[in-house]
Amino acid sequence: MAVMKVHGNPFSTSTHRVLACLYEKDVEFQFINVDMGAGQHKSDNFLPLNPFGQVPAFEEGDLKLFESRAITQYISQEYNDKGTQLLLPGSNKTMAVLQLWKEVEAHHFNPPSTKLVFELHYKPIFGMAIDTVVVEESEAELAKVLDVYEARLAQSKYLACDHFTLADLHHLPNVQYLIGSSAKKLFDSRPHVSAWVVDITARPAWSKVLDMQKQKL
Amino acid sequence: MATPVKVHGPPLSTAVSRVLACLIEKDVPFQLIPVNMAKGEHKSPDFLKIQPFGQVPAFQDEAISLFESRAICRYVCEKYAEKGNKGLYGTNPLAKASIDQWVEAEGQSFNPPSSVLVFQLAFAPRMKLKQDESLISQNETKLEKVLEVYEKRLGESRFLAGDEFSLADLSHLPNAHYLVTATDRGEMFTSKKNVGRWWGEISSRDSWKKVVDMQKQST
Repeated sequence: MAVMKVHGNPFSTSTHRVLACLYEKDVEFQFINVDMGAGQHKSDNFLPLNPFGQVPAFEEGDLKLFESRAITQYISQEYNDKGTQLLLPGSNKTMAVLQLWKEVEAHHFNPPSTKLVFELHYKPIFGMAIDTVVVEESEAELAKVLDVYEARLAQSKYLACDHFTLADLHHLPNVQYLIGSSAKKLFDSRPHVSAWVVDITARPAWSKVLDMQKQKL
Repeated sequence: MATPVKVHGPPLSTAVSRVLACLIEKDVPFQLIPVNMAKGEHKSPDFLKIQPFGQVPAFQDEAISLFESRAICRYVCEKYAEKGNKGLYGTNPLAKASIDQWVEAEGQSFNPPSSVLVFQLAFAPRMKLKQDESLISQNETKLEKVLEVYEKRLGESRFLAGDEFSLADLSHLPNAHYLVTATDRGEMFTSKKNVGRWWGEISSRDSWKKVVDMQKQST
């Protein structure tokens, strides 16, 4: 089997999403750094791997993929028997529940949390001024989403079912940055969400992703 | 005879029409249950039980209650794999991965700017709401960049994920339809050689024509 390659940046949340999946599945892979500061992700060499000029990109033999959530889905299915079970195999019904909560992360959680990560985590690092209006609006939007999560997690240990799946994993990158920011209060004030955050961020596979970032500093 | 599946929501909703197009492609009988959004029915306690975000569509069959249009489409494709268009979600893991990739691209890159433009240019005037020119301008720029990527891709490949029409192309139909037929920004699609060709092919599919009829009949 050809070795899996991930082209990405250690500080990119989308890259973290794929790395978390690979560590959970305990599979070999090669990480190829994309120097975004030097604009490598927009270069003619890179665009064939991701035509949107974004990270990550993924290769396994002849297979080339982009979009972190399509990559994690492929890895989880292809290596279903290895490492952590990240899917809900068994029936169309169980797989549909997983898909549903993956879509919720992608379309409800991701937009406001991505804006907050940019304002509260990246901008300070780049020495850019924070837009307090965007922060306020995004926090309000995220609060509504987390209210739905609070109700869900009161009935279900993890989002899709009683065990950790891709639906939970996909949240890790943005959650990690947000709990290190003033937005932490949104999670802390909701007991079930808070317990879920503590649980998923403590996973050994996630610690490996954090270690990778520390090594690159 | 299997009970028809239920789809809750108005056919004019882009997300509802995404599910309808998929059900028609897969030849799956369905019952469309109206949701009176003008009267706030989508925010009622009964509706929130089947869609906690208070949005449309919601979906039910004898086994499951679901929301999120793209999750519903994938479920329909998997459960009814042998019905209708069998290749809609690919017939092997590699084809499926490519389709997933372009469904994600639609959801992450195409949908946000095109949704804003559909609302601002097609719906807001009808609802007598003021348009936000700066929002329109920002999102036109974003959508243009996405369509440039599509123009290149569709010069190399007949459809987004490969040689066959798939869920990835279908996912684009609702927003693109409004932009091309109900606003003056249609040329963003039609003036591009490959995107224009692709749009012509996917929008003339029988399944999409049926959805458009349903939309017209509902007004």
